Amino acid sequence: MDCEYTIQQVYFYLDGELTTYRRWQITRHLNRCPPCKQGFDFELELRQVVADRCRDKVPDELKRRIADALGVSLDDPDPRP
Amino acid sequence: MPYMDALYSGALRMTRNPSDAEDLVQETYLRAYRGFGGFQEGTNLRAWLYKILTNTYINMYRAKKRRPDEVDFDDAEDFFLFRRLGGLEAAAAGQTPEQTVLDAMPESVVKDAIDSLPEQFRVAVLLADVEGFSYKEIAEITDVPIGTVMSRLHRGRKQLQSRLWDFAVERGLVPQPPEPSASGRATG
Repeated sequence: MDCEYTIQQVYFYLDGELTTYRRWQITRHLNRCPPCKQGFDFELELRQVVADRCRDKVPDELKRRIADALGVSLDDPDPRP
Repeated sequence: MPYMDALYSGALRMTRNPSDAEDLVQETYLRAYRGFGGFQEGTNLRAWLYKILTNTYINMYRAKKRRPDEVDFDDAEDFFLFRRLGGLEAAAAGQTPEQTVLDAMPESVVKDAIDSLPEQFRVAVLLADVEGFSYKEIAEITDVPIGTVMSRLHRGRKQLQSRLWDFAVERGLVPQPPEPSASGRATG
């Protein structure tokens, strides 16, 4: 398990899409290799920053328009047809 | 109505235009309510709504011409942003410089960087990194094989990093890197 291979796996690792064994191998490398660990931590934080900055609130006017179009009440938190 | 903020945020990233996003969300809920019989209990309601959103977006907007600002950039190297930011001087004590820049990254820079990605990459990154869907769910939502999802995500994330860097430099959040071809030119 070397740095190059570990770095290639960063997205699969953070996405939780590796087998248990591969995941264990990478975690073990990260515990022994501070530069790779820092890079992984950065990727994870970047992802959180991207997600945080992309949360928009739906305008009230649009909520009303959709509720009217569907014939449901806005007070109902989870109306089902 | 469930997940409306999430769907609206997704619609904004897809259409890159508030008025189109509103129309897209409204059409999505109308289709969802009409088609609710096709929803199977036990399946993921959020993924199901996103599938309708994505299909509706493709039907409503894909016919429109590809925008001139959608450029398919070359892929950046691994850890592109980390390597660039890590080379900067620490601005604040106790924090690494790359963390400081990340924390200060304004919403407009992140949104502009995502919005500048080609459509297929933009949608993949949105579904994975903002909405947290798995490869399998994204494959179902966008109706492509898992291998295609992985390659779009890989390339989309790399391009996102290089776009984030470009915008951060452009807006003075990080120092201007030296011109690569400046050798031999006098400074000052």
